[in-house]
Amino acid sequence: MKPATNNEILKIEKLKKYFHIGKDKKGPIYVRAVDGVDLNIKYGETLGLVGESGSGKSTIAYTVVGMYRPTAGQILFKGKNIGMEASRRPLSLKKEIQIVFQDPGSSLNPRQTIEQILALPFRIHTQMPKRQLREKMVELLQKVELSPDFLYKSPLSISGGQKQMVAIARALASNPSLIVLDEPTSSLDVSVQAKIINKLMDLQKEMHLTYLFVTHDLCLMRNIASRITIIYLGKICEVADAAIFFEKPLHPYTQMLISSVPVITEEEKKLKPKKIVSIGEIGSPVNPPSGCSFHPRCPYIMSICSEVVPEMIEVYPGHIVRCHLFAKLENKKQERSDWCEEESAIY
Amino acid sequence: MENILLDIKDLHICYRVYGGYLKILNSVYLMVREGERVGLVGESGCGKTTIMKSIPQILPPGDFLITKGEIYYKGKDILKMNFSEIQRLRSREIAMTFQDPTAALNPVFTIGTQIGDVIKCSTALEENVHQEKIKTLSIKALKEVYLPDPERMLVNYPFQLSGGMKQRVCIAMSISSPRNLIIADEPGTSLDVTIQDQIMRLLNEIVKKKKTSLLLITHSLGVAKEMTDRIYVMYAGTIVETAPSNILFNNPVHPYTKGLLASVPKLSGGGISRGIPGRIPDYLNPPQGCRFQPRCEQESPICSEKPPQLFEIEKDHLVACYLTQR
Repeated sequence: MKPATNNEILKIEKLKKYFHIGKDKKGPIYVRAVDGVDLNIKYGETLGLVGESGSGKSTIAYTVVGMYRPTAGQILFKGKNIGMEASRRPLSLKKEIQIVFQDPGSSLNPRQTIEQILALPFRIHTQMPKRQLREKMVELLQKVELSPDFLYKSPLSISGGQKQMVAIARALASNPSLIVLDEPTSSLDVSVQAKIINKLMDLQKEMHLTYLFVTHDLCLMRNIASRITIIYLGKICEVADAAIFFEKPLHPYTQMLISSVPVITEEEKKLKPKKIVSIGEIGSPVNPPSGCSFHPRCPYIMSICSEVVPEMIEVYPGHIVRCHLFAKLENKKQERSDWCEEESAIY
Repeated sequence: MENILLDIKDLHICYRVYGGYLKILNSVYLMVREGERVGLVGESGCGKTTIMKSIPQILPPGDFLITKGEIYYKGKDILKMNFSEIQRLRSREIAMTFQDPTAALNPVFTIGTQIGDVIKCSTALEENVHQEKIKTLSIKALKEVYLPDPERMLVNYPFQLSGGMKQRVCIAMSISSPRNLIIADEPGTSLDVTIQDQIMRLLNEIVKKKKTSLLLITHSLGVAKEMTDRIYVMYAGTIVETAPSNILFNNPVHPYTKGLLASVPKLSGGGISRGIPGRIPDYLNPPQGCRFQPRCEQESPICSEKPPQLFEIEKDHLVACYLTQR
């Protein structure tokens, strides 16, 4: 791993989050939701965190905002450790990290008006006279292209897309530097999704925001993320820049994910790895498979895979993979051109 | 010309609410030929599921009113059938797969009981006489959807299976006896992308092997493209465009289809379009003319006067837009 540099806003080191769910003869049983994750996010970028349901992507997001306390490991925000629950975080820190949830229908209180919803962050973080508060709220609504009369509406009377815009406005209220987006558009239609994503991208430029974007939609990430992280059963499989990622996916799981995406143009079809098809299902985080957790589904399985947990290997600068296929190559200390050939033989 | 299996003509459906009638479907034309795979694509709230439920007549009675139209199945109008004929249609002719397999399976009965019931219903077997036969048929159906260890599966309860396996069980139910038409309502939407891919490949294989027709309802254009021969695009209760899948994606004509296609994020990159402005109309008072007119950028005066009819611009490619008729 690269040493910490000043341009990292968030750095996660060996983060683990286990949930205790009971015990048997052998001892306590844990759900290993996040099992040793290293991540870093640079200022102003969008990091896509992609995985299937049950892979632990939301747990990482929730740990970053302080909804969970990490079991082990640390989270550094602007160089300071923030590995504690939100209740123990100072206000100045809570202000910096905000979250937008997946389902705006349940993240906005239906008994409050939008005015009440938007006023709360101002009341917590600032002491503003009422009149100024109203001006600020109208300004916020304008930022997300909603008219001022939305202040008096209830979340029940507006559409899903508008609700999500209100949720985004609420996250922006405290003027944060990092926003965690937990599948903000997965419950919306594509035409609405396009609108919200564009708004988010505009806001990012305008307000110098950094996004941690949790999603299962690879196509979306291709278009907006600067870097993509693939996570499987609480462990990172692959990290790479978005453009390289789709041209040369290295991890077999990444290839399987890309080959499963339904596409509409010929151009996209060419990007799909041909020789790999999706088989099996994600394992249980209570009792994850031994060795590499992906090995029961992997078409390139070797004997080592079920025995040893693979290490993170930097194959190209900035392109990190956790797979024995590439460990083997690195051990041989081959030249890049050599293993490129071998890699194409794998496909 | 191939035989037409299902033919919906000028279907209007209303839904009664406190404030009046929601005019959900407005003049829907839809046709499925024998052995054809047809996709019905649209955003949420456009009436896809209402069409699907109107075919085997499982719309909740009382609230839904079919005000006008005909649904022909093998040349007979379903809306004029008596109860036993509809019952026969549901049990022998048309099979359905629903969106959420967790809600589609009853949590208090085993998989074996539930598949057995479907088989009993569709083959009119006596329970006590043909218990063994039902079991063999159930196992055969489960094997066809590649479920591991089907004999053990029969005594399992739905909660013991994963989402993908439950959806496979639902598909097994729909193919447990020979059917002519499978209606699949978003079969992969509630599943992960890798599992969705598996389910879609399975469904495709089954439909091809058994030569059944498929009506696939989905909001994902990608799924529709990979799974179907012909696609209907729906907007706010009307069919706006229909074409063979390869033509639709290369040459979309209706402004809504164009906007929808542009909104889909591409795997090859290139950014995201601005989406379609506005939102779907209020069904209580829908626009007089074309229902897409308030959101359309190419509207003309005639658009707000009367709704455009489907107009054939080439073989099998029909568009409901005045732009094509000028």
